[in-house]
Amino acid sequence: MSEGIVYWLQQILNALQLGSIYALIALGYTMVYGILTMINFAHGDVFMVGAFFCFLAATYLGLPFAPTLLLTMIGAALVGVLLERLAYKPLRNAPRVSAIITALGLGLFLENFTLALAPYPKHIPPLLENVSWDLGGVSLSSLQVIIIFLSLGLMFLLDYVVHRTPVGMAMRAISWDKTFVPLMGVPVDLIISVTFAIGAGLAGAAGTMYALAYPVIDPYMGIMVGWKAFISAVIGGIGNIRGAMIGAFILGGVEIMVTAFFPSTYRDFVAFTLLLLLIVVRPYGILGQPRTQKV
Amino acid sequence: MNTVLKDHWSKLLEQAWLVPVLLLIGFGLAFAIPEYGWLNKYIQLVLMYIGINIILTVSLNLVNGYMGEFSLAHAGFMAVGAYTAALLTMKVLPVAAYPALFPLAVLAGGMVAAIMGLIVAVPSFKIRGDYLAIITLAFLMIVKSVIENIDYIGGPRGIPGIKRLTTLPWVFFWTVATVWMIRNFVYSKYGRGVLSIREDEIASDLMSVNTKRVKFLAFMLSSFCAGVAGALFAHLLQFISPRVFDIIKTTDVLIMVYLGGIASIGGSILGATVYTALMELLRPSTMAALLDWLPELIFDPLNHYIIQNLGVWRMVIMPLLLVLVMLYWPRGMMGQREFRGFIPRRDREAHRRLNDLGEKP
Repeated sequence: MSEGIVYWLQQILNALQLGSIYALIALGYTMVYGILTMINFAHGDVFMVGAFFCFLAATYLGLPFAPTLLLTMIGAALVGVLLERLAYKPLRNAPRVSAIITALGLGLFLENFTLALAPYPKHIPPLLENVSWDLGGVSLSSLQVIIIFLSLGLMFLLDYVVHRTPVGMAMRAISWDKTFVPLMGVPVDLIISVTFAIGAGLAGAAGTMYALAYPVIDPYMGIMVGWKAFISAVIGGIGNIRGAMIGAFILGGVEIMVTAFFPSTYRDFVAFTLLLLLIVVRPYGILGQPRTQKV
Repeated sequence: MNTVLKDHWSKLLEQAWLVPVLLLIGFGLAFAIPEYGWLNKYIQLVLMYIGINIILTVSLNLVNGYMGEFSLAHAGFMAVGAYTAALLTMKVLPVAAYPALFPLAVLAGGMVAAIMGLIVAVPSFKIRGDYLAIITLAFLMIVKSVIENIDYIGGPRGIPGIKRLTTLPWVFFWTVATVWMIRNFVYSKYGRGVLSIREDEIASDLMSVNTKRVKFLAFMLSSFCAGVAGALFAHLLQFISPRVFDIIKTTDVLIMVYLGGIASIGGSILGATVYTALMELLRPSTMAALLDWLPELIFDPLNHYIIQNLGVWRMVIMPLLLVLVMLYWPRGMMGQREFRGFIPRRDREAHRRLNDLGEKP
């Protein structure tokens, strides 16, 4: 293969890896927005908490990869439900701004609380044996394969849950109408908590994979990754689950392209400019439907 | 007895000479305290921080409280003001020879920030609520990212070695100027427009309020004040970097706004003062000095632990305070209420009657 093609194949592979991590987090943003029309700004920090759970499970319990992933997901899901029950639920009928501010505050709280408990960056032990293959110049590591396929698997599982199971049907019903769905016997509070649990669990899984790919973690790692995931959700049309997955891979691709051509410090600038333009021009994203405000 | 006292008190508040006299006393103190060293340097510093925070809080309250929009860009405007003023005093203005040129730099910082405010005002015509919050946050991130990528102004390393030109009288002057400007704006014709936008934007547009113009003015005034605060902050801290002006700074101001209560100038002043004082109290050095003072109260290991770790834990307390205020005290100290002194004479009677009815003005 010519050198150009090899280079681009390598970049596409990197974009897929980045995109799949963004996608897992973006799903949490988009599910919560879909069901509550609320932006859970603390979600990026749930991802960070997931990475720290991974560190705890791998270092102190000495668990191998699969149980670590499972424990991380459960732990992150618990954190997500706790946030929802303690902070968001009492504010469900308050002005929308209160919920945003609370979410921002909770995000900062999670960061600084983790910082207080773990003042120094932590190293994740290698949980998987990392084998690299050379495919005609393109290097492919087993870690990349696991990250990409595991994320895709989780995404398909979620898509199945949302579109084919009673719980998913209840979620879609609540996002459609909040007045009459409870009258049909749908346990709204439970379904909202389940939504938070699933979203946070996926973020926890993303935290584990991120920690394996970039093994030094610190309490502030969730801010930027969380924002990028949020931008992905907006690109795809926030509230739309399939849109979030597509948006994440688009953003992953754009970021890898930017770092390929420009200094890597331009990455955030490009991502946020994209967000700004998108909200002004097409706020409902690629797959979302425009909503008109009625007087 | 009580009613007599109350009577005297309200008569005193009605006097026309009260405000000028209070301002003169304040200015006198602001000059005298550093001149004669009445309070120690640390307390003077805290007083200046309180002044800067009052500027930030009152101006953010104009947009977030009175107008009911939700802006997170305040730290971005502050950064713009800080960098503009710092570059002016370091590269252009001969402040070493003429320290009196400092207010020009502050003014320029405020003006450049006001122009940036226009950029944020335009999307707010169409977009409200959480999407506007995202836009303002994206603006903040872009400002930070642009500063980080310009090497001339230090990039991510920031600008060290700024001259210390911010003094207590200047802080006092700009604080009074900000409060005066925003108070007059809020109780002007445009201020009523601002309130009507908060209640219902479409309806106020139909009632021939020029909502675009009102939004332009409100955002510009708010960002101007933030720029001024940034300029003062830069010349007090003597070092600025993009990391100083991140989302945490905005969150700080948000806490002060909501702790003090929305749509209240008096509340903002109280909120900024209480919060700044509280955060300074929780500093390890302050706490150490305090605990030194009261050695018997807390036993030693705990004492030691508090001083060792307070720096981090106060960062935990700060956002927790915000969440608790939002959950259990949504009105804050003075939400939707006001000290009578800030209300113009012609409006006082109407405010009193509305208060008696238990409605918000």
